[in-house]
Amino acid sequence: VVLAAPATVPYRRFSKETAHWWIARALRQSLTMAGLAPGDVGGFCVSSFSLFPDTAVGLTQHLGLTLRWLDHIPMGGASGVVALRRAARAVQSGDATVVACVAGDANHVDSFRRMLASFSRFAQDASYPYGAGGPNSSFALLTDYYMTAYGATREDFGRICVAQRDNALRNPHAVMKKPLTLDDYLGARMVSDPIALFDCVMPVAGAESFLVMRESDAKAAGIPYAHIRSTIERHNAFPDDPIQYRGGWALDVDELYALADARPDDIDLLQTYDDYPVISMMQIEDLGFCKKGEGPEFVRSHDLTITGDFPHNTSGGQLSAGQAGAGGGFLGLVEAIRQVTGEAGPTQVPGAGTAMVSGFGMINYDRGLCSGAAIISGADA
Amino acid sequence: MTHPIAPPPKKNPQVRTRVPSRPSEPRSRAALGLAAAAAEGRFMLQACAECGTIQYPPRDACATCLSVDLEWQDVPPLGTLIAETTVRTSTSVYFRERTPWRVGTVQLEAGPIVICHVHDDVERGGKVRLAIKLDKSGQGAMFAMPTEPAPGMEDDPKLREMTCDPKFRRVLITDARNENAVALARALSDAGASTIFVGEAESWRPDPNRDALAAIANVEILPLDVTDTNSVQELAAEIGGKTDILVNNAQFVRPGGIIDRADTVIARDEYEVNVLGLMRLAQAFGPAMRARGADGVNSAVAWVNVLSVYAVSNLPAFGAFSAASAGAFSLSQCLRAELRPGGVRVMNVFSGPTDDEWHQPLPPPKVSPSALAKAIVAGLKEGLEDVFVGDVAKDLIDRWRASPKILEREMTSIEGAGE
Repeated sequence: VVLAAPATVPYRRFSKETAHWWIARALRQSLTMAGLAPGDVGGFCVSSFSLFPDTAVGLTQHLGLTLRWLDHIPMGGASGVVALRRAARAVQSGDATVVACVAGDANHVDSFRRMLASFSRFAQDASYPYGAGGPNSSFALLTDYYMTAYGATREDFGRICVAQRDNALRNPHAVMKKPLTLDDYLGARMVSDPIALFDCVMPVAGAESFLVMRESDAKAAGIPYAHIRSTIERHNAFPDDPIQYRGGWALDVDELYALADARPDDIDLLQTYDDYPVISMMQIEDLGFCKKGEGPEFVRSHDLTITGDFPHNTSGGQLSAGQAGAGGGFLGLVEAIRQVTGEAGPTQVPGAGTAMVSGFGMINYDRGLCSGAAIISGADA
Repeated sequence: MTHPIAPPPKKNPQVRTRVPSRPSEPRSRAALGLAAAAAEGRFMLQACAECGTIQYPPRDACATCLSVDLEWQDVPPLGTLIAETTVRTSTSVYFRERTPWRVGTVQLEAGPIVICHVHDDVERGGKVRLAIKLDKSGQGAMFAMPTEPAPGMEDDPKLREMTCDPKFRRVLITDARNENAVALARALSDAGASTIFVGEAESWRPDPNRDALAAIANVEILPLDVTDTNSVQELAAEIGGKTDILVNNAQFVRPGGIIDRADTVIARDEYEVNVLGLMRLAQAFGPAMRARGADGVNSAVAWVNVLSVYAVSNLPAFGAFSAASAGAFSLSQCLRAELRPGGVRVMNVFSGPTDDEWHQPLPPPKVSPSALAKAIVAGLKEGLEDVFVGDVAKDLIDRWRASPKILEREMTSIEGAGE
């Protein structure tokens, strides 16, 4: 079972188009890359916040797909890795020969505010009414705690953001096109202390997709593909932690490396879920690249750009490419497939053979509940 | 230390009055338990009846043992502020107009993690006492206070959004002749009210309270008869735009029930004052108060009804008056809904028998005018919705909560009969 046909529909800050429109475009792009027609798709996996009143079910008729396997993954930033896991099982067990995994969202003026107010029951009852800062404030609290507990500084988070902007400048699809210096980062206005402007992602409209299929079919189609080395998934890990300073990765990371028969040194590039830099720092720790609390020192002593010693979020990540709703949960995975197949073009990390992708999603109340990660390798690795 | 608020300048009539906006109101049914606790100033959370785990946010099933038997109970409110942020950009119109706004994460000693509003006097990483306060949407909101009260702490702008503090506000008390009027005016004056209008019916008649009222700082005695629509409208035309707190204190109390009264003449007076009086006042003063719910430091903030606790369950010895008070209570619930868009709170003060001539035949304990006044001012400062004054009222509501039907049977017993 392999991953192929990574597709990105270029993002827009605001668009009148609907999630259906964005998802259709991404799906068609992936199918075209693989030389497939809509009738060739047997499985379909969708992630989107803005399909309402539809779900994946409505999309089958809307897009004219006749399927024998259908899934809808409401896991935001973890949806990419989870989609990969489920789709791979479906192909492996013969439920479908090709599963198209698509994530995308509309972004109308004011749709972000509407989504926040009813994001989850606990958010509606117990977090949104407190200042209505949305995810900015949720992550501000986590960042505040992390800084106090581990001595991280704003400069440390700034290093992550600045490196990603450098990467984004090579990505023609990135929404952020202006260079960012550490001084720009530190001088930006506060949004929800200690979160400032460049710690926050820009909500955009857009879509991402990829195909999960049998290796023989990918070969026959003559398209580049990537192998799945290992994956993990966890929900509501460490419920007794008073505040989130680690994610579910910490629980499953040994299994992730063991299944792939790999070590952190074998990873050529890392794509973390980066709606805020603090969560990328936690992933670097929890995924075994350094110990808990050493994240600040790690980013001080490593170069996170495409040409650096630790290439990270090579497309610019959500912080610089934009957050296309649930598409943000696919961004790193789609970019990683391109990287390990040597198809990343201007953002290509030289010699990228093996990538780690991690996902993180859904601040239900005070913390993100879903986490996942995958190690993938190019066909030659 | 909280930065003290300054007395508001005189209103410039050419400047637009800020339209009331409100924090997000939708809640799950379970979360409405916070509003119920806040209404009385209690700190309550759900506890699992099977395993005892204290829950938050409010749930429908225990996160430890899956029992659905969750009961709201009083819980120790102490905890530690483990993280905080100051919101400077918000998607909500209400908060956008009020930033910077401090919120934080509190770990309660009772277990749960609570995201809450944070008082400016709370130190970073410090110990806190959590309170549940009603916000401008009338929803219960978690509020982290310093463990020890400090002078001036009521001026914290976030806290003042959730209380109805009389400080710098203008109050109308509706019945100068009521035996509690002087105590009430004095207590509100002591609490920093800038003007206390006192309505007096039939000014040509001698008023035994007049001299005592006139001696209180900032008191203005004005003509008001709540049984006369013209009188109510005339006063509203004069001071309706500067009435920030209205204390509907007019009560017409007479003993007697149904059969032993020969006719409905007295009952008609009881309804004119207690029920229709409330309605006339609300029709005349309600619109301006609702529109002025966000009008600066001295915004319109509260409507207070002084009710008999027998509004909840009839006392046959005062049966017709109990019914009129029940009518007023029911109207107050309607008024709550109608004032909510302006963020103006309706506080019902349920009193046991007051120590006055018409309650003379009833045995003690009775509620003194000063006790009633103290409870009203305290309720406003806390931002409550339901206040029970005196041992009789507290005992009665306790029994009503246990079983309204058993209470009714108790209340309708013929004393001494059947022994």
